[in-house]
This record gives sequence, C-alpha cells and structure tokens, in this order.
Amino acid sequence: MERVSAGTKLTVLVLFAPFILWMLLLVILPHIDLLTISLRERVAPRVYEFSFKNYMEFFVEPLYWRTFARTAIMSILATVLTLIIGFPISYYIAKIARGRLKSSLFLLCMLPFWVSELVRTFGWMILLRESGIISGVLQWLGLADGPVEMLYNDAAIMVGLVYTSMLFMVVPLVSTLDSLDDGLIEAAYDLGGSTIAILREIVIPHAMPGIVSGCIVVFMLTLGNYLTPTLLGGKDSLWFTEQIYNQFITRFNWEQGSAFGFLLLLLSSAIIWTGLRLTRQRLQDTIK
Amino acid sequence: MNADASAAFDLEVESVVKKFAAFTAVDEVSFTVPKGSFFSILGPSGCGKTTLMRMIAGFLEPTSGDLRIKGRSMLGVPPNRRPVNMVFQHLALFPMMSVAENVAYGLRRRGAGRAEIEEKVAAMLARVGLPDAGEKRIDQLSGGQKQRIAIARCLVLEPDLLLLDEPLGALDLKLREQMKVELKQLQADVGTTFVYITHDQSEALVMSDQVAVMNAGRFEQVGNPQALYYRPETAFVAGFVGDSNRWIGAAVAVDGRGIKLATDDGLVLYGTAAGRGQVQSGGSLDVFVRPESIAISRSGKDMESWHNRVQGKVKNLLFNGANSRAVVIDDKTGFELIVALPQTGEFADLQRGETVHLGWSAEQTLCFVHDGAAEAA
Amino acid sequence: MFKYKQEGRIVMIKSTLKVLAGTAIVALFAGNAQADTLRLLTWGGYAPDEVIALFKKETGIDVKVTKSNNEDMISKLRATGGSGFDLAQPSQDRIAGAQREYGIYKPLDLSKINKAQFIDSMFKSTTSQSMVDGKVYGVPHVWGTSGLIVDKSKAGWVKDYTDLCDPKLKGKVSYRLKRPTLIGFAFAMGMDPFAAYNDKAKYAEILSKVEKKLISCKGNVKAYWSGGDQLLNLVRSGEVVAAMAWDTGGWKLNNEMKSVTFVAPKSGALGWIDSFALPARGKNDEAAYKWINFVMQPKIAAMITKAAGNFTASKGADNYVDARLKAQFQESFPQEAIDNIKWYPPVPAGLEEMEGKVLDRIKAAKSN
Repeated sequence: MERVSAGTKLTVLVLFAPFILWMLLLVILPHIDLLTISLRERVAPRVYEFSFKNYMEFFVEPLYWRTFARTAIMSILATVLTLIIGFPISYYIAKIARGRLKSSLFLLCMLPFWVSELVRTFGWMILLRESGIISGVLQWLGLADGPVEMLYNDAAIMVGLVYTSMLFMVVPLVSTLDSLDDGLIEAAYDLGGSTIAILREIVIPHAMPGIVSGCIVVFMLTLGNYLTPTLLGGKDSLWFTEQIYNQFITRFNWEQGSAFGFLLLLLSSAIIWTGLRLTRQRLQDTIK
Repeated sequence: MNADASAAFDLEVESVVKKFAAFTAVDEVSFTVPKGSFFSILGPSGCGKTTLMRMIAGFLEPTSGDLRIKGRSMLGVPPNRRPVNMVFQHLALFPMMSVAENVAYGLRRRGAGRAEIEEKVAAMLARVGLPDAGEKRIDQLSGGQKQRIAIARCLVLEPDLLLLDEPLGALDLKLREQMKVELKQLQADVGTTFVYITHDQSEALVMSDQVAVMNAGRFEQVGNPQALYYRPETAFVAGFVGDSNRWIGAAVAVDGRGIKLATDDGLVLYGTAAGRGQVQSGGSLDVFVRPESIAISRSGKDMESWHNRVQGKVKNLLFNGANSRAVVIDDKTGFELIVALPQTGEFADLQRGETVHLGWSAEQTLCFVHDGAAEAA
Repeated sequence: MFKYKQEGRIVMIKSTLKVLAGTAIVALFAGNAQADTLRLLTWGGYAPDEVIALFKKETGIDVKVTKSNNEDMISKLRATGGSGFDLAQPSQDRIAGAQREYGIYKPLDLSKINKAQFIDSMFKSTTSQSMVDGKVYGVPHVWGTSGLIVDKSKAGWVKDYTDLCDPKLKGKVSYRLKRPTLIGFAFAMGMDPFAAYNDKAKYAEILSKVEKKLISCKGNVKAYWSGGDQLLNLVRSGEVVAAMAWDTGGWKLNNEMKSVTFVAPKSGALGWIDSFALPARGKNDEAAYKWINFVMQPKIAAMITKAAGNFTASKGADNYVDARLKAQFQESFPQEAIDNIKWYPPVPAGLEEMEGKVLDRIKAAKSN
C-alpha cells in the first residue's frame, strides 16, 4: 500500500473544500433545518410543538397527494416522451451525422439553453396563446374559424416540459451511443438481426446507462420545475412545487412547506428506486 | 446461368467496381472462390481489400459488376439476408450478452427452437475448444478465446461463406502464430469456405489455398502461396510477398528469356524475364533476388559455378535463429545485399568486416519491366 | 451516484429553499448598507426615482428600494427575524396578525411623525387597526381598491364580481387566486365576510359557498393572473374582457383603450391602505421617519400618486394630482360607490390557513 503524504492529503482537502462547504452550507444544514421545521406544529402565536401533523396532512387531505400523484405521473410521462423523441435525435447525432453536421446538430440542441427558462417559456406562450402565432397561422390558412387557445392545458405543459428537458436527455444519450462500436451494429446485422431486433438487443442495452441517467435527470428536473407548469398550465397547472411555494410564500406556513419538501424528496427517490428495480438497472452503472 | 458450373464456386466476383466520388477504391476485380477453400486477399492498407469485403458482406453496394454466392446474385440483398457471415477486425462481440448468448444470437434471429439453439451452441463451443465458457461474460475471455467465440458465432449459422477481416491483428505475435495454425485446422475440419483479408503476408501464405494480392484497387495476381512466392507475375507481388534484394537496372542484352543487365549501381548481372511485360534491350527493369537463393562462402572458388558473383564485406549480422541473415556490402559498387545464412552452423562464427563471396543463378534473378507500380510496396 | 443525488437536491433547493437562500442573500447584501442609507421594502411605484432624488438632495440619505408584495414582505421579514430593511409597507390589515405571530415589526414613535400631513380619518383607522398590546405599528400611506376591470364595448353589463361567472364570458375572464377574490365574491353573493372574521365557523361556511361558486366559475377563467403586467397584457390582447383587479390597472388601460376602465362593483369595491411599518431589526429608524414625513408632503404625495396611480393619505395632495386621473377616479367612483367601499379589517390569525386550503381546492378542481 502506498503511503499518502501529508502534503497530498492537504491538497485533496483544499481541492474538495469548496465542494464540502457547498454540500454542508447549502444542502445538509438547510435540510436539517427543514426537517426540524417540518416536525413542529403551531399551537399558538410563536408557540410550536413537536408533531407529525404536517406529514399527516399530506395523506389526509386528498388535494395534496392527488397533486403529488398528478405531478409525478405528468413527470413520468414527460420523461418517457423526452426519451422517445430524444433517442432518435441522439442516435442520428451520434451514429449517422458526421463532422460539421454532427457538431451543428448538437449545438442546435443546446441553443435553447442559452436563454433563461423564463424566456423559453414565454416563447411558447407567444406561440400558443389565443392571440398568438400558431392560432394566427391556422386562421390565415383557413383551418380554424376563430382564435384557437392552445395555452393553459396539460398538453401545453407537456410540450414545455419536454422542450425544457430535451438537452438533459440528449447529452447522456449521445455520449453513450457515441461509445457504441459501429462494428457491433454491423455484426448484429450480419448475423441476421433486423433493425428492430438490433435496436432492442444491441443499441438499447448499450445505451442503458445513458437512458437511465437521462431519465433520472429529466424526471427530477421536471418534478421540481416550477415556472413551466405554472406559466403554461395556467389555471389548471396544479404542480407540487407550486404547493410548496405557496405554503412558504403566501401561507407563511413553513412547517407545511418543509414537510412537503421532504415528502417530495422521499417520494421522488422512491419513484426512481422503483423505476430502477423495474428496469433491473443499478445507479452505479450509470456513471461508468 | 449454368447451375452445375457455378455450384463449384461458393463466391464469384465479376468485374466489381466501387467508386467513392472521384476515388476508385475497387477497380474491375474478378475472381472465383471454389467451395471449401481458404482464400486470402493480401494487400497493403488502403488497397481496397476492406471495401471489397464489405461489398461481399453487403454493407456496401458495388458501383458496377456482380457478386454471386452459390450462383445467386447478391446485388440488393441486405447483409442480414446473405448466406455470408463476417468476423470483424475488432471481433465485435456483444458485451451485453454472455458467451453462449453471443453464439446463439444468429440462431435466435432465425427463429430456431430453444432446444436446437442449446444443442448447436454447445456443439460449437466444444468445437472451438471452449465447452465451459458459455456462462462467461465477454470481458472474462482472453484474446485468443474471444477470437474463437467470434468465429464460433458465425460458424454456428453454417454460412456458405465466412469472411474474416484481419481478425488476428489485435493479438500478440505468439498468439497470432498459434491462431494461424488453429484457424487453418478449423477451416479444414468444418469445410466452410473462408475468405480472409490481411496485410500480413505470413498469415496469407500459411493458411491459404489461394491468395490474391491486391494493390491500388486491383488484383495483381491470384495463385497458391508457392506460385506467389516463387513465380510472382508482377514487380509488386515480388516485392510485397516475402523479402527480396532489389535493384533498378537496364537490359544490356536479351536472349529469349535470358537477360544481361546492368544495375544503376553499375553491377552487371544475368537474369531471367518474369511477369507479363516483354523485356526489350535497353529497357528499364526491376530486379529481385531472394536472400535465401544467394549462396555464401568464405572462398571465391566455391562461387565459380554461379552466373552472378559478388565479393564483399559483412556489414551487419541479423541473428534470428533459423531466420538469420547477413548484410553484405559489395566491394565494387557499395551496394547492400541481404543474404540468408545456411542452417548448417558453418557461418556461426562469421564476423563483422569479414570478406565473403556470394553467388546466385540467373534463374533466381527475376527481371520485371519497370512500371513504377512496385514502388508502392 | 453522487451526481444524481445532487440533482435531486438541487431540485429541492430550488423549490423549498428559495426563501431561505433568497433571504439569506438579501440579508447579506442589505446588511452592508451604510448608516446614511434607507433600505425600503415596498410596492412598485411607491418610491419613484424623482422622489428618491429629491429626498437625497434634502437629507443626504440614499434610498435602496426592494419591490415586493404583502406575502413576500412578511416572508422576507419572517426569514430574517425583521432585519435587512429599515422601512416596510405592508397593507394595514396585514400588520397586526403578522406582528402577533412572528414579531417582525417594532412600535412606531408617533411623536416623530408629522400628524398634520395625514388625512385624519385614515390616520385614525390605520393606527387603531395596526395596534398590538396598546402599541401602534403602522401609519397610512397609499390607498386604493380592488374591483372590476371591464371592456365596456364587449362586457359593459358586468356590474359585480358574480357577473364574471356568466356563461357569456366563457374563457374571457381573469382574476387572482388570492384572498381578495374570496372576500369580493362573498360580498357579491350577499354575505359579509368581514363581520364573520371572528367567527371561524361562520367564516368557514362563507368560504365553502365561495369555493363552490369559484369552482363552478372556473370554466370562464382564461388564466388566474399573478402579476399586474400579466393581466394588463391579457386585456390589451383582447383575450380577457372582464377581470377582478386593482383600480389603477383599469385607469392605466383606460389611457390606452377608451372602452376599458375600472368599475366599482355593485356590492362594493374592496378598500386597502398600504402603510408604513418599522421592521423589528431595522438599523436606521431616523431615516425611516424622515422618509415618512417627506413623502407625506402634498406635492411629493402627488408625485407618488402619479407614479403608482393610487391616491395617498396625504392631506391636500388632491390639489396637485393630475386632472385626468382625478376624472377617471370620479367616473369609477360616484359618491355612493365611495361610501360603499369595504375597507379590510385586520386579519385574525388562522383565517389565512383556511383560505389557503380553499384556494388550493379551487386550483385543483377541474374546470367545466
């Protein structure tokens, strides 16, 4: 066993210090604080007692767990759609496009992320609103009699979420597909594999780490998204993060907000764990 | 087409051309491969052999010409429907599957029954000497074992033709030597027609029944290894297959096939016309003499019977066991010759700077009309 | 492994730690302010640049403005325990409750305030409503109302909040999903929520009726607006023809589109008074008192009215107010409408939680 000198140890410590500090100050300490806040109940002005009431509230009041269920289901759907749309794009970028085309396509995927999420979402609102561009074009083409409202519904939320998430799916997919030896595809083809069989047995199993990491990132981002569902969904958006925001900001109910925050963390982790079990993947494999 | 005539050949390639934009990678290549034979295509990198193989496998379509397997034209048939399988240069074993699943892949795709697959896979694994490897993962195999699995994965499908694309390239020398013997043995056992491409002449010569030497998109010569080695038809083949001493010279006098010539260094030699061109007096020549056809002696008297004689000093000794050589500098012209040392041990004490006498026959001095193509080698 | 855990946590931070992180940063930067700086937590338009410049000229004090709203003010001050700002401007009905609950303000020293500059009735109302344990926590500044913004060419018949639910306006209506909407609808439905403020059971009954109404009304709503500009854009584009909103928004639109204006609802506009309160751990009370006395001068108050669109509690400021705004006010508020304004009483503790759940359920309901 090689002996680690004191100098090396110090270097490692210095290099990791910002990360450790970041974790401690912005992740661990606030979470401990949130946990303690979530476990108390207001009994009178400025008087609090230890209680699980805030957590019970989530299960007792159908509104809250239904909102969570809806958020989770929409997020899963958005993740699946992002995967379905992102996979062919990634495959094209990684395996078919060459040279400049490849880099420009990749750039094209990243371009929307050079503007803020707010601007991107407003872009969609300009397109989809009743007095917006798509509605105008449809009327001009004679395909619609009057203004068409495409905003403020679940489909609009979905479009916005998929659009916002695309990059986070495409990047890991392109990098795993890039590492797939073309020879494997040719060999499978040569041995009698059809396109679909090759996709199922060679390409997808190889891309699995990328698929898993892409899906986890997209799912978590979507679940935690606040702007897109609120702005595009309008009166029916109903997103769980919105509930948390409301509890903190407009209800001054930090206790409830903290509890919801913790429930979001636990339940989303549970969903990812279940997803990994169902697809027989391990988290460790995704960082290979 | 005459079905009986074509049945003798597993592969017929007829005037195949492949162009990539302005570049012609394969230029009017025609050849036939008899059933059950081991056929090699030998050529330097960039000569078009990989392109040719990919056309046979179906990954590329020829620009013109025809490819027939067992008499059936393969034009427009995708790779997964050709009775051809290919062992890839980097083997391309599927890392996401076990060894047995790799071997079973093609059978499964054909829709074979579970029992049949199990039986055939077990038999094939036994045949390549890895009966217990089925459950292993690919990354648990050694280089040579992977090689065998890659071949087994193809052979289990009983293809009409097995293509091998420099499959030994990644192996170390010792294993490569061993695999050459194994491959040859395996081919003889299963009787499947092998088409093997390589840039390594030793692989081609050791294993093949027939070798085609390819250069710049064309076949220079097709023949058995002995013919290529002893009777090269072009200067390229003479230079590419085996080692040779080589001069550029001019014919001084021509008498039938016998030629008297002078090299650029001023050495006068007697040679024999080889290849297709007609040697003219005064014409420019490529001259090849193999190191093992040169006799060496410490005494000038022994050399008197030879047409060509040279006296020189040993510049360097290249000891390599049975394959040891000496580099000798001609006293008159300063030209370097490489000479094979006899195995008798007579020259085991040969010293650098020692004077030796060399001699060789006119028959073993092959003269080709100079056309520049040999430079490529 | 780590990477993805972080992802999860980033999401968490984004959503639940916004307040903590945000206020920590605010405290950090605002805390650096020097003694000759007034850190003001207020509404958009209440501290126009020209007024700040005049104040600086007269007193030498810089004013650093942070724009906010009622909920945000309480959240920010609560997170820092009442530090980070020297003067805040919550509505008068949101002072006493927040003070009792979180102790984020300190009592005002009325001797330092020039009472003569205030309209008497308003000064009395605000000081009495913001009283906790016999101490005064607020003095009035700007007042205004919530009511209806109507495009008279398209929905001139809209006279009250409940008219917004008429099937003729399907998809053409907007209002906020906040407590004023609940209160306004309760009045329009013939109930008196303010009278029930101290009777939780009664109040719950009122809320449940309003909840039913607003759920059935959901199909009419184009979008629940959350920012003033958002609503103005919806009306400008013609996507919304009637809305519940602040009076100033209506007058602003009236300047651009003749047919749109503010209408005081039949059941009464809801009157609010934004006030001045001292954060518990403010560092520059002197500057705060100076600012209060400065902006209550009639001429300065008129400048604020011009910027914010709302009138102030400054005595005599009317004389300096833009004639057009005055005309718009008189058109929207005939005398009986002024008499009919329902002024918000202080919100007792616990009501906001009940309202919150009602609002959540309305949001969650399917629109018909």
